[in-house]
Amino acid sequence: MKFVQNIFDKTRPLVEKDGKRNILYPLHNALETMAFVPDHTTHSGAHVRDAIDLKRTMVTVIFAMVPALLFGMWNIGRLHFAAIGEEAALLDSFLFGVLKMLPLITVTYAAGLGVEIFFSWKRDHPVNEGFLVSGLLIPMIMPVDIPLWMVAVSTIFAVLIGKEVFGGTGMNLLNPALTARAFAFFAYPTWMSGDQVWINTKGGEVVDGYSGATALGDLATTVGQGMGNPATDAVMAQFGSGGHYSFMNAFLGLIPGSIAETSALLILLGGLFLVFKGVGSWKIMLSFFIGGFVMAGIFNAFAVNEFMGLNPLHQLMLGGFIFGMVFMATDPVSAAQTETGKYIYGFFAGFFGIMIRVFNPAYPEGIMLAILFMNVMAPLIDYYVVEANIKRRAKRVAHV
Amino acid sequence: MSQTFKIRKGYDIKLVGEASSNDLGLHSPSTYAVSPLDFPGITPKLAVKAGVKVLAGETLFFDKDRPEVKICAPVSGEVAEIKRGAKRKILAVLMLADSEVSYANHGAFDFNRVDREAAAGHFSNTGVGALITSRPYGVAASMNEQPRDIFVNGVQSGPLNGDLATQLAGKGEAVQAAINALTLMTTGKVYMSYDADLPAVAELQVEGATNISFSGKHPKGLVGTQIAKAAPINKGEVVWTVNAVDLPIIGRAFLTGEYAPEYKVAITGSKAMNTGYATMLQGASLNGLISANINAENTRIISGDVLTGTQQATDGFLSFGKAQLTAIPEGNQTEFFGWVLPGFGKFSTNRAFWGWLFPNRKYDLDTNMHGEERAFVVSGEYEKFIPMDIFPQQLLRSILIRDIEKMEQLGIYEVVPEDFAIAEVACTSKLPLQQIVRDGLNDLRKEMM
Repeated sequence: MKFVQNIFDKTRPLVEKDGKRNILYPLHNALETMAFVPDHTTHSGAHVRDAIDLKRTMVTVIFAMVPALLFGMWNIGRLHFAAIGEEAALLDSFLFGVLKMLPLITVTYAAGLGVEIFFSWKRDHPVNEGFLVSGLLIPMIMPVDIPLWMVAVSTIFAVLIGKEVFGGTGMNLLNPALTARAFAFFAYPTWMSGDQVWINTKGGEVVDGYSGATALGDLATTVGQGMGNPATDAVMAQFGSGGHYSFMNAFLGLIPGSIAETSALLILLGGLFLVFKGVGSWKIMLSFFIGGFVMAGIFNAFAVNEFMGLNPLHQLMLGGFIFGMVFMATDPVSAAQTETGKYIYGFFAGFFGIMIRVFNPAYPEGIMLAILFMNVMAPLIDYYVVEANIKRRAKRVAHV
Repeated sequence: MSQTFKIRKGYDIKLVGEASSNDLGLHSPSTYAVSPLDFPGITPKLAVKAGVKVLAGETLFFDKDRPEVKICAPVSGEVAEIKRGAKRKILAVLMLADSEVSYANHGAFDFNRVDREAAAGHFSNTGVGALITSRPYGVAASMNEQPRDIFVNGVQSGPLNGDLATQLAGKGEAVQAAINALTLMTTGKVYMSYDADLPAVAELQVEGATNISFSGKHPKGLVGTQIAKAAPINKGEVVWTVNAVDLPIIGRAFLTGEYAPEYKVAITGSKAMNTGYATMLQGASLNGLISANINAENTRIISGDVLTGTQQATDGFLSFGKAQLTAIPEGNQTEFFGWVLPGFGKFSTNRAFWGWLFPNRKYDLDTNMHGEERAFVVSGEYEKFIPMDIFPQQLLRSILIRDIEKMEQLGIYEVVPEDFAIAEVACTSKLPLQQIVRDGLNDLRKEMM
């Protein structure tokens, strides 16, 4: 690997303090530390250190995302060919997805890392690894046909306003990936919701009976119709066994939606990996699931329309619930930091997610809004958890 | 009947190079050094000049703000040099030792007089007072303080720590004398801690102390953990701590009036060719010892253990109060894509590497940082290694923003840097936790003085 090291050594004078291309120093440093774990040795405190670093943590999360990502790529291809009535082999569907996804991923990384590198240079600190994950999460939660420039603008907004204004990775209040999606959702609503954006139908005529809606979009049409209304029968039939949105289809992910959010199975697999590796917080995931289940259960018990009456477990398999639970709510920076706080934070994120989704069908992405809301609330939760500790300590003094 | 506490939060870092039972003999070099840097919170004022002759137990320097805190000469001989750094900061007092040590005679202490003041004077004058650490702040104790309790730490559970049974062998009488002396210094209790996972050390079976014992993982051997479990420190309270290896020195000073800081130093680490125990005085030059027992090529020599010890050059000295030397390889090499590889052979407290599949493996760790410093990102990480009722990350943040009130509220009085050592090893963001805590304590102390 000597020649790789040589390249870095040769280009270093160019980017160092007085070099002509100083602005590229953070990029140079990022690439170099990526290629080689640096030879830095301990100089204060403990003399030995754990092999883990932030790169390792982040790459572990990326590994966990890969199954859902691969499935998502195949699924967008599959839905495309099904919509235009063409038979397609597994590989064709997958290749279609790859070709759709690669530009999205490239643009996101380029836009986000550009901002990161600029701030690293301005602030004179190394590029942080946090964006490795955010940059992959953002395309995974976009609709397939969103224009690239919108992704770029959303990403820049998220990194700039969601993260860098607070001081960069570790200081941000909101989950950057969700900030990007929320920005896109409110800035370009026609590209982010409705029944036109989830399936790519270019290059062919849509087949009879084609509907480009998502499960949640269809469910939203039942609101206001009451329970057992024959007008909703056609929609609800899709949620029965054998329907498009059957529990099994939703669990496996064979439904339209944001690119990689659909397969509950593979996302849960990634979640298990994260928990097993000790990188993702099982406390948040578990309480998130319970929170959503409790809310869905309450709706189910007091249902006044078919949306509310949906089986609670089925409800949780739809939309971004499972994806949000595993990859979004668990972001350690924007989540609650205290162990007790994590239970509270997770529970309410899941709880509110389902609540927003069902009560306000205009926002099928209730999960995203709920997690962002709980991101904002997390410091408050932590405040009270820590305050309890402070009180306990103060009480001890009073007793002595 | 002693109370036993089980320490579940923590981590035993298993390293190769444990001290064997070999007796590596007496190491008596001709040069010694006493460094004020071994005493955080002290502003040293010299009591000697280069060229003067001193006896063992005569004051070399004392704390400018608390003159009763005296640091004494470990041997008799000539003060060879006052080593200074930038701004004339005193780095070390170097001594050329006499071939035969002669002691300043402070006289045997009369235990029939139950007199705190006399005991305080004896502690201070003989130099053994400096072996006592005062909390909060973790600084050398002033004998003018009134400690609520005194904790004697009889547990050594850090990486490659020596075996107390070997280090204290045959010193039972002096140990008991030290406990008797300490009892005079507090109106509270003198706690004596034991390792419940090891056979009892005969020399530590003392009278007059309250016994507490600890089982489980390191940091059971940190006195901070022991205090937190037995009787936590509150604002305004002072607690003293003493290490069991220092007891014979204190005892001897009270029995005979002589200051003889002699330790059976555990020679450990993967770079040690001969591990075992060498007898030497505090401050001894490591010169001959290293060439005989340690492969010094690209090696980090540490006075103490890998968690809290101080780095020494190959011509360095045994730091104050340390009864262990650790020699491990320097980690000054890069690793190609080390963060992606599965890492079966890598040491990690975290399951992100696969090494956790082999929990009993002993590691030959080097000093590589394995990454660059970052902001706090991962949460809940430090809590796993600090068995105290505190929020470590929140406390560290309050220190970083210099919020004195928050530091107090979050329990800074209960901790000293070493309590954060394992968390520092495990820290994903590679933050200097011990240094942050030290800075916080220093700031707080300045504010309070």
